Amino acid sequence: MRLKSTLENYIFVLPATFIFLIFYLIPFIWVFQLGMYEWDGILPTKVFVGLGNFKEILLQDRIWWQSMLQAGYITFIALTFQNAIAFLLAWACDREMRLKNFYRVIFFIPPVLSEVVVGLVWQWILDGHYGLLNGWLVKLGFPCLVKNWLSDPTTALTTVAIVHSWKGFGWGFLIFLAGLQTIPRELYEAARVDGANAWSCFKKVTIPLMIPVAVMVAMLTVLGTMQAFVLIIAMTGGGPAYHTQVPVLRILASMRGSSRFGYACAQGISFGVILVVISFIQYRFSKHSRQA
Amino acid sequence: MKTTAYYKTKRITINVFIHLFLIIVAVTCLFPLLWMVASSLKTQEMIFKDMSLLPKEFHFENYYLAWKEGGFGRYFINSLFYTVSVVLGIIVISSLAAYAFSRFRFPGKNLLFFMFMAAMMIPVPGSFVPLYVLLTKLHLRNTALGYILCMINVGLSTSIFLLKTFFDKMPKELEDAARIDGCSKLGIWWNVALPLSKPVLAVVVVFNALNVWNEYVLALIIFDSKPLMPLQVALMTFQGEFITRYPLLMAGLTITALPIIIVYLLMQKYIVKGVTAGAVVG
Repeated sequence: MRLKSTLENYIFVLPATFIFLIFYLIPFIWVFQLGMYEWDGILPTKVFVGLGNFKEILLQDRIWWQSMLQAGYITFIALTFQNAIAFLLAWACDREMRLKNFYRVIFFIPPVLSEVVVGLVWQWILDGHYGLLNGWLVKLGFPCLVKNWLSDPTTALTTVAIVHSWKGFGWGFLIFLAGLQTIPRELYEAARVDGANAWSCFKKVTIPLMIPVAVMVAMLTVLGTMQAFVLIIAMTGGGPAYHTQVPVLRILASMRGSSRFGYACAQGISFGVILVVISFIQYRFSKHSRQA
Repeated sequence: MKTTAYYKTKRITINVFIHLFLIIVAVTCLFPLLWMVASSLKTQEMIFKDMSLLPKEFHFENYYLAWKEGGFGRYFINSLFYTVSVVLGIIVISSLAAYAFSRFRFPGKNLLFFMFMAAMMIPVPGSFVPLYVLLTKLHLRNTALGYILCMINVGLSTSIFLLKTFFDKMPKELEDAARIDGCSKLGIWWNVALPLSKPVLAVVVVFNALNVWNEYVLALIIFDSKPLMPLQVALMTFQGEFITRYPLLMAGLTITALPIIIVYLLMQKYIVKGVTAGAVVG
């Protein structure tokens, strides 16, 4: 009877475990094995190269490290510009006022759209010859500002980063707003009674109570933005001349472009390790900030 | 002594600035989408000259052309089929597992649950490489089934987490009563637990539906043949092949974005819940 009951329990978790095993765990383990081979993905024979792939990544693959820096740059813009806007909007919406729901609904439209849609629409707006932005710049009398936004190496990366922020700020906004709404109104009233003005209320009540939320948003922003790449495929495809390449795009290129499956896995592992280290540092930092 | 009028003017001024800021951002959010729709209604000749947001004539035939000739009708059906199949799969599989994790006791339960949660937090960039190899070996590459199973796996951990959290808070009395009446475990799950968890099921459905509809990279590496492609991959392929046919491309983009926007506007309450819950997990 007991045995039958336990077996019955396993039936509940069997389908989930089965799918998880095949489509998550096996690929996860396989990455580490494949990373030590040179393999084109088709031939039955793989050549064992040990840590050769990792050595190549560390010492020779300059585009890989360039792509890492570029992802870092996009992440930096997302952390500062995008999150600052998200926080300001949340703070502006955290009061009794008209149209509050309207704003909230609108701000979250870019995040629900796919990266392909967002990327292609912005690519059309930013088109060097027929794009709306350049058309407006001419009309408004600034023809000197007209640029090939996405094919000029000096502007491409920043343009991509700003579109990324456009797509992402609504998400930070929602989390910040949820955080602000958990601050008890009595705290503000008490501060008012003690003679605090709006600015010192903001500095002494809002900011300290929002630090844990901000740290969490920062962590998720870093992990998400470092791994973002579909938007870039849709806008520039990684060009001009590698100027908007990011790590996951390089992994995809190693796999599909140069058919080096082992090398792609090794890149995946190196990147995964870097991400885990970053999130560990941030985790320690957030624990520290919570105790302080 | 400052008068009440002074404070009133000050408050109104602040409010005006706040609204101005919010409205500018809201317009920035909406404008690219309006431009997309406007561009989809222009002709091939007009689109490079006419910068107006409201074209003089609406060329709705672009939608017909995109749907028929561009093949977006086919891709739309594909996306719909994948989305519905994956969401149904996730609901059944994750609610079964989450119910067991919440209610039953069995050896290995904690380890198993820990694995699902760890999968949610450990980033595995480039896991699509071995996944591609695996699907090729299983003869699941370039098949709808292969893609559906992969996407079920993608949504599984978060859905199990959301459902288990909900089941943990749900009172057990109704289930106890059903058990005394002789209902089997599976019967209780189906007849009692699932109907009671409708609010969280809505979150799971909407969250996963958006995810599958918008998914790109797995579909890119799994499908070679055009008739199987979902919208996101088809849009990129179309853009690569007909780089200057902007009106049709914009019509295709509108066809892709519109269902998402409608679902979002109808179900935004659940999406907001999903986002805030998802953030807490991370």
